[in-house]
Amino acid sequence: MTPTKVNNLEQALTQNQYEWLDKLKELGQELLRDKAGLIGVILITALVLMAFFAPYISPHDPTEQDLSARLVPPVWYEKGTWDHVFGTDHLGRDVLSRSIHGSRVSLWVGTSVVFMAGGFGVLMGLMAGYLGGRVDAFIMRWIDTQVAFPGLLLALIILSVIGPSLTTVVVVLSLNGWMVYGRMTRSAVLSIRQSPFVESAEIVGCRWPRIIFRHILPNLTSPLLTLAILEFARIVLAEAALSFLGLGIQPPATSWGLDVAVGKNYMFMAWWLVTIPGSAIAITVLAVNLVASWLRLISDPQEREKQFARHMAGRMRRHLKLKNEKESARS
Amino acid sequence: MGRFIFWRLIHGLIVILGVTVIVFVVTRMVGDPVQVMLPMESTLEQRAAFEKKLGLDRPIFIQFIDFVEDISRLDFGDSLWQHRPAMEIVFEKLPMTILLTVVGIGFACIIAIPLGIIAALRPGGIADRVTVFGSLLGLSVPQFWLGLLFIVLFAVQFRILPTSGSATPSHIILPALTLALPTLARLVMLVRSSMIDELNQQYVKTSFAKGLPFVRVVGVHALRNAALPIMTLVGWEAIRALAGYSVVVETVFAWPGIGLTAIQAIEREDLILVQAIVFTAAISVVLINIAMDFIYKFIDPRLKLI
Repeated sequence: MTPTKVNNLEQALTQNQYEWLDKLKELGQELLRDKAGLIGVILITALVLMAFFAPYISPHDPTEQDLSARLVPPVWYEKGTWDHVFGTDHLGRDVLSRSIHGSRVSLWVGTSVVFMAGGFGVLMGLMAGYLGGRVDAFIMRWIDTQVAFPGLLLALIILSVIGPSLTTVVVVLSLNGWMVYGRMTRSAVLSIRQSPFVESAEIVGCRWPRIIFRHILPNLTSPLLTLAILEFARIVLAEAALSFLGLGIQPPATSWGLDVAVGKNYMFMAWWLVTIPGSAIAITVLAVNLVASWLRLISDPQEREKQFARHMAGRMRRHLKLKNEKESARS
Repeated sequence: MGRFIFWRLIHGLIVILGVTVIVFVVTRMVGDPVQVMLPMESTLEQRAAFEKKLGLDRPIFIQFIDFVEDISRLDFGDSLWQHRPAMEIVFEKLPMTILLTVVGIGFACIIAIPLGIIAALRPGGIADRVTVFGSLLGLSVPQFWLGLLFIVLFAVQFRILPTSGSATPSHIILPALTLALPTLARLVMLVRSSMIDELNQQYVKTSFAKGLPFVRVVGVHALRNAALPIMTLVGWEAIRALAGYSVVVETVFAWPGIGLTAIQAIEREDLILVQAIVFTAAISVVLINIAMDFIYKFIDPRLKLI
């Protein structure tokens, strides 16, 4: 290899790196402009860190029972202690530690279902949209049929027969949720497959797997990302609901939905057993929804235009106001 | 039109057949119904007798034919838990679920449509931002938790509403509100966005210019054109509720609908009753889907049915 070529390669590599950094910086600046999105991103980062370091930051073992300290109220009550900041449940287990550990299940189920359902759905959508014809007809009828299934009831029957566990919950939720990715990917592929770059790739002689993965899929990133984040929120809620009904995560494992179900029996004397894991679910899902709506705003050109117009109108108004004030001061 | 009905019915049959196959495979081949339904300490003779009673000792293919035949007569057999025909129980409980769904979605529509219109009048204004954040919040709160909070708040703290059961008309208020919340949140967002689109159309400006009253332009002309996506969502929400998403609400408030019955049947390992409930749900979903297509045609005559 000649030195010039190496230089070129180096140049290309460094250039690429800077581009990536610039894009990240741009994204960060966009984020600072949208307070709701910023709050969402901060909350999600905190949650991920919390789930990752759960054994190190939780004050107690989540399954450690202490029958002498049952139903201790949170610290701001007279009987509360700093040892159990959010109190304890009917077996004397620390509510704060259980809530910290519960985040692991929610995030794990959400992530794996999004990857499994998303992967399968996107693959089906790409094939249906690009190959067309009988493949398209078959996949779309399949999706139509499965969308019309009573999803949750089928999930309940499958879970009760096979036996609920973390794995079965993930599998059942993935089987239930891939259709939305398929439909969306297909409609996006249909609009993209007529574009010149796809036609050029076809003329050059690329086979269909290369075209759909190398040329079409990268162009679907932003709508798919938004959809995946929205689905993540839905999955976290679904897992919580299944665990609440007793067909999701089983004790002794910890899950927010399971904790609410247990706390329900002590709801009238110990409100914190229901409220704290419930708020954990609500805050997680809210954070994810905030990020999703921010992403949708910045990835939609129409919305960006509106935002820009609003921004400029605001500047104009301020400018005029200042000008008027100056003039009135002068006169 | 005739062709359209024909194809919709065929598709409905495929859906129901698909549900049949899945339920059959899950209950007979993946799981062992005898082990699920009989107590652990039952003897081998008892197991054999039970197998014979359900016809499980015959080839799997014949079992499937029998299964389909029984279903086509809406005969699922006797519930193991209540010892009477499963369909009888389902027909007893189904009206309660339908009532809850109708009242819940009614609540959602009554609140969501005015709120969405108000938000759409000034996009980016204070009312709009509050509405959007409120609906994001509504989408984020788990339904079962909201139901429990309602119970603590209205039934225990203020003592104004009953917590569970269905004895008096006021029993429906809390479950219907809980069921309505996510629907309400999605509906507000949709009404808002489709009304923003409609209000930017030329015909709205023309109507204002020729001096039509504000309420008439917004509430009649624009709203009617925005109605199609709204109707789609309402129909979809009804399908969701019937397809099992009312299970959570019914469990929290002990509302005696098919959702609560399904959970109780699963707890008691009464697969026959569960099967009957899943089928009823599948059939109602198919029927609502077909009905929705007709309603579209009714609202928007421009639509062509296939």
